[in-house]
Amino acid sequence: MTTLSYREAVRSALRDSLRADPRVFLMGEDVGRYGGAYAASKGLLEEFGPERVRDTPLSESTFVGAGIGAALGGMRPIVEVMTVNFSLLALDQIVNNAATLRHMSGGQFSIPLVIRMATGAGRQLAAQHSHSLEVWYAHIPGITALAPATVADARGMLLAALREPDPVVIFEHASLYPMEEEADAHAGPADITHAVVRRRGTDVTVVTYGGSLGKTLAAAERLQVSGISTEVIDLRSLRPLDMETVLASIKKTHRAMIVDEGWRTGSLAAEVSARIMEGAFYDLDAPVARVCSAEVPMPYAKHLEDAALPQPEAIVDAVTALCPRRG
Amino acid sequence: MPALGADMTAGRLIAWLKHPGEAVKRGDIIAEVDTDKGVIEVEVFTSGVLEKTLVEPGTKVPVGTPLAVIREAAGAPAPVPTPVTVPSPEGRARVSPAARRLAVELEVDLATVRGTGPEGAVTLEDVRQAVGKTEAPADRGERMRQAIAAAVTRSKREIPHYYIGHTIDLGPVTAWLAEQNRDRPVARRLAHSALLVRAVALTLRDFPELNARWVEGRVAPIADINVGLAISLRDGGLVAPALHHADRQSVDELMASTLDLVERARAGALRSSELSDPTITVTILGDRGVDTVYGVIYPPQVAIVGFGKIVEGPWVVDGRVVARSLVRATLAADHRVSDGHRGALFLAGVADRLREPDRL
Amino acid sequence: MTRDELRQAVLGVLKEIAPEADLSRLAPDAPIRDQLDVDSIDFMRLLIGVNEKLHVDVPEADYPRVASLNGLLDYLGARLAGRSAER
Repeated sequence: MTTLSYREAVRSALRDSLRADPRVFLMGEDVGRYGGAYAASKGLLEEFGPERVRDTPLSESTFVGAGIGAALGGMRPIVEVMTVNFSLLALDQIVNNAATLRHMSGGQFSIPLVIRMATGAGRQLAAQHSHSLEVWYAHIPGITALAPATVADARGMLLAALREPDPVVIFEHASLYPMEEEADAHAGPADITHAVVRRRGTDVTVVTYGGSLGKTLAAAERLQVSGISTEVIDLRSLRPLDMETVLASIKKTHRAMIVDEGWRTGSLAAEVSARIMEGAFYDLDAPVARVCSAEVPMPYAKHLEDAALPQPEAIVDAVTALCPRRG
Repeated sequence: MPALGADMTAGRLIAWLKHPGEAVKRGDIIAEVDTDKGVIEVEVFTSGVLEKTLVEPGTKVPVGTPLAVIREAAGAPAPVPTPVTVPSPEGRARVSPAARRLAVELEVDLATVRGTGPEGAVTLEDVRQAVGKTEAPADRGERMRQAIAAAVTRSKREIPHYYIGHTIDLGPVTAWLAEQNRDRPVARRLAHSALLVRAVALTLRDFPELNARWVEGRVAPIADINVGLAISLRDGGLVAPALHHADRQSVDELMASTLDLVERARAGALRSSELSDPTITVTILGDRGVDTVYGVIYPPQVAIVGFGKIVEGPWVVDGRVVARSLVRATLAADHRVSDGHRGALFLAGVADRLREPDRL
Repeated sequence: MTRDELRQAVLGVLKEIAPEADLSRLAPDAPIRDQLDVDSIDFMRLLIGVNEKLHVDVPEADYPRVASLNGLLDYLGARLAGRSAER
């Protein structure tokens, strides 16, 4: 184990994949000479050359479409889209082509495409760079949507995604890139089919993913001090959802809350909440609660951005309200 | 209703100190609450206008119950879609699905169960309580006794304590204090306790494993050094409110804070943060002749430092026995978190600091 | 100030520091601290309160003389008398 940043973990997975498989190549805006908008691919152009680390024009639809074509042609492309906000320009390619062709071709075509994109707020990049639109993709059958919340997952999920026969979208939370953790720099692919219990607890289950995991764990730590034992589940895969892990936890704790940086209305939190109702209604001792972002375009000003996002204080308050006898 | 300790489940609102329409700012005291630990002042953590109060004075409500609505200062309220809840139709009680199922299993008549869950819903715990009913005693002293009982029982059940002691030469401190106090008016005079707390707080900077909390099977060091000062209440019971950032307070500041805490502890006017923030406890029991304190750690803290009576005793200096003022400092610490060797180094550090009161 | 007024003033301060104490049972010649279970910090608060009310500052060296109620009253009486004599 070594201390590794989330950014280095992504880079190590990119480098190892480029070395291991000649079909793998990286493509996107500024991934080459600039080293990636979040410096995830720094140094890779020098090591692998412009054929395999390709800078593209500012045209998401074009280069994602090119990635789909390359995947159809037998390559293993990794396409980096700068942010999930910008990925909306490529929505047609992803939703109408990448997600559908296996089904529309009766299984004749497969599209082993990996699309990486940054998501989330917290860096004062304002409304056009900071939204959490993961749920748009989690809605779509035919693609897998992953959200690595740890350094180990940042590496392991990318390696696993390259082994999938169908399109995988990976959401890297922009605030996590500098985060450092102990991790195995040479670990193989991660399991991408299961949620993981990141903290054991008995009083309440808090389900979260991506950039909200750290905040939720911090809140759980504070709650412990006031006597509330919080189980924290990291969803990891947003589509498909591993509800078995979530429901098993709720059968134990009888209370559930979801922390989601997306907006409450039509959120992933809404989907998880509905499934909890379907799968564990008679185990619930309180209504399912949610902590989501304020329903405004993400503000630029630091204090407003902080106020708009789920914060540990709000998580502590919501859990405390859910567990009135504890605390 | 804030949680003011690991074992608090409910509190009774005594009075509103701010009224609807009044402006409040972060840190203001807006209400008084009666708890097992006495009357506690409730601080607000946001600034704005007190829009309405939700709980009437005299009402006892569970921890977590909203007490009031404060509209934050910044402009118009955002049209945030909050969960809309619909009142239960007439005649149908609010009972959680799990509680309803358990009530059927245990043959509990839900009409007789009072709900304590969100929005007054009957919860699993309410049904369980209805089966084996145990009413909490109404008397404050008895309730405080029960709260202490719960904390120390948990401490002795869960925490493997180790105990070590170190006799410290307080000669320099006593001489320093006498000199300081000679020229000071009584209100600004210093007591030994301020120096003892200061020495402990400064030494803790080098021993983060003692200034910590044990949560979920591991130690979580706390950046702030908030020393809980044990204050025994003469009509029974004990509180240990925090001297916040004790390492950053000068001896004079610590003395003033101590007097303030003691006064408010006696008057039953401690603040919520003072009860929830301590990261270690210091207990000074020498006033009644005790020479050695064997402390019980207050969970989730991981250490308690005790000081006994300051006595004139024999002390060997350069091979000769001389009379010195001595105090027995003890440490009871959580062996899961630290070992005796570290504890010994800590006490030695405290002793070192007390040797040079000028530098405290 | 008569001795009785002095006593009322001191008992008033004591009542604030030890509200739970039954001061009518306080033996005037025995140490206050032992009888009321007043610790050193509270004793200091007593002297601070006395200072605020009567403007007499008891130096540390004189603490042994003010241990009992009568001792304290004698001491305060003498200090106050001395002060009016100076005027």
